[in-house]
Amino acid sequence: MELFLQQLVNAIALGSVYSLAALGLTLVFGVLRIPNLAHGALYMIGAYVTYFALTSYGIPYIVAIGISAAVLALIGVIVERLVFHPLRNAPHTHHLIAAVGVLFFLQSGAQVLWGSEFREMPSPFTGIVNVFGLNIGQQRLVVIFASILVMVALYLFLKKTVPGQTIEAIEQDRTGASLVGIDANRVSMMTFAISAALAAIAASLVAPINLVFPTMGEALNLKVFAIIILGGLGSIPGAIVGGFALALAEVFSSTYISNAFSEAIGFLFLLVVLAVRPTGLFSKGA
Amino acid sequence: MAALSKHWKKIALVVVFVISLFVPVFVQNDYFLGIIILGYVWAIATYGLNILLGYTGQLSLGHAGFFGIGAYTVGVLTVNYEFPFWPSLLLAAIASSVLGFLIGIFALRTRNEYFAIFTLGVGFVIYLVIERWEGLTGGALGLIGVPYPEGIGPIQFDGPESIYYLILGFLILTIYIAWSIANSLVGRSFMAIRNSEELAAATGINVGRAKQLAFAISTGIAGLAGGLYATYIGFLGPAIVNVPTTFEILLYLLVGGMGSLSGPLVGAFLVTTLFQFLQQFEAYRLVILGPIVVILIIFFPKGLAGLWAALETRIKAMRGKGEMSGDAGASEEPAKEEAK
Repeated sequence: MELFLQQLVNAIALGSVYSLAALGLTLVFGVLRIPNLAHGALYMIGAYVTYFALTSYGIPYIVAIGISAAVLALIGVIVERLVFHPLRNAPHTHHLIAAVGVLFFLQSGAQVLWGSEFREMPSPFTGIVNVFGLNIGQQRLVVIFASILVMVALYLFLKKTVPGQTIEAIEQDRTGASLVGIDANRVSMMTFAISAALAAIAASLVAPINLVFPTMGEALNLKVFAIIILGGLGSIPGAIVGGFALALAEVFSSTYISNAFSEAIGFLFLLVVLAVRPTGLFSKGA
Repeated sequence: MAALSKHWKKIALVVVFVISLFVPVFVQNDYFLGIIILGYVWAIATYGLNILLGYTGQLSLGHAGFFGIGAYTVGVLTVNYEFPFWPSLLLAAIASSVLGFLIGIFALRTRNEYFAIFTLGVGFVIYLVIERWEGLTGGALGLIGVPYPEGIGPIQFDGPESIYYLILGFLILTIYIAWSIANSLVGRSFMAIRNSEELAAATGINVGRAKQLAFAISTGIAGLAGGLYATYIGFLGPAIVNVPTTFEILLYLLVGGMGSLSGPLVGAFLVTTLFQFLQQFEAYRLVILGPIVVILIIFFPKGLAGLWAALETRIKAMRGKGEMSGDAGASEEPAKEEAK
């Protein structure tokens, strides 16, 4: 029972990271119909920015995450302008291929600049908290609470502020949104900025538990795609539910079945779901 | 002179063929010859992807998985069971094709980005199975000692030179298959699907079956390339099956030109050899290639083959204007109007 609860907490922490990363991906897909295969690379760059802010400049952890989010938002805008904006009317395969190009560039760029060694990110939250007899690492609690905070903030931004509502408007009806004077270009840039910032926050939160290295985004990249397909491409609640569902499935299958199986389970589940429902579980009907 | 300009394509083809026959004579260095052999192997794999992506317009991100199925079929059969090479190679192509066909039943129910992501998942699962099934595939350590093919009659495969001719033969076979598909009714139905699935269906093409066929051919060719890779390299590790390999094959196709006959060969050969000869840039390979992919897809989505075709039309148009005072120009005008 104790093992079960312990793993449950781990799964929730992992799930919040997955959800954050998947939210960014699903936003971009919902608004721009771009399956951004470079999302995992943005995630990885986000972890490095936080790492260097922490170790080279001695900036406090939380502030460093904020800096990383801001830097990645800028990178997101640059990628949108240089790569995806010129392709806005191209066939969908071109988006995917361009995203692969960005992925190549960022991942091998990180390898050239920073080497392929594994780096450990120091976090101030190293203690262990005792909650109802369970020993939980502080960092895991930080991950959970910070993720919830960011998700609530994102929700409020999308629902309660005008710029956020323009994103939803474009997602619902591109032509209609343009007719009432919403600048689709600005929304595209904003969406990419938010998406990349979310990836950076997710990576920076989980990095002290795992490690920082150039290919850290590879496995995650595939997983977040599995999540948003399960949750329905473009669906925000779907991304959150999917993120936690995948984390629970992974953590518990690795505890009770085997490690290898837990790595594959997300994809097996994805393949089964797509074989049965070719547009995902909660799709609005493609 | 007129005959030369009319038949220059055929002449160029013969010249390229003759040069390819004499490569082992000129290239005495085994290392360089090896690079060329690998370039051919990747070209074969790229032809496989071209049938699916270039002709039929379906982006599969699981291509390396099927390459791996082929490579490991040969590897496991020859190393673990001491099976002869030739039937193993045949089984490799058949196994990957059949697996592609079966997976296609489900994969092709999905469309567009869903299909790409579905196949990405398929490729990754194949990689995981190969990496983890240690009893069969040697796991992360891989399979060592995949033998060269057995000799056929007087021909012995005992060194890079004979392997070169073997793989050249399969490359020519693959190009021939791709050429016949492109010029057949089946190929035309593939291209109709690429241009518009709805329209293709409306003209009576069985879209589902055609896509399924394209997928099975594509994965079969990938498996063949994998089997050849296994025998030439002699060692198999799971990394070659992983997703980045798919991305590299995609890159070769993109550089050469999707949907063209020469594209896969030009792209695979150019990219692999160029970067092997520029060894000092090895670390920067993907840093340079990444932006090239983006630039190509934005400005030249048809790759080098597309650039060449555009250049050719321009030269023809210029020549036509010079010789026949605007005859060619006149015939081009209505086409432009239509395009608008």
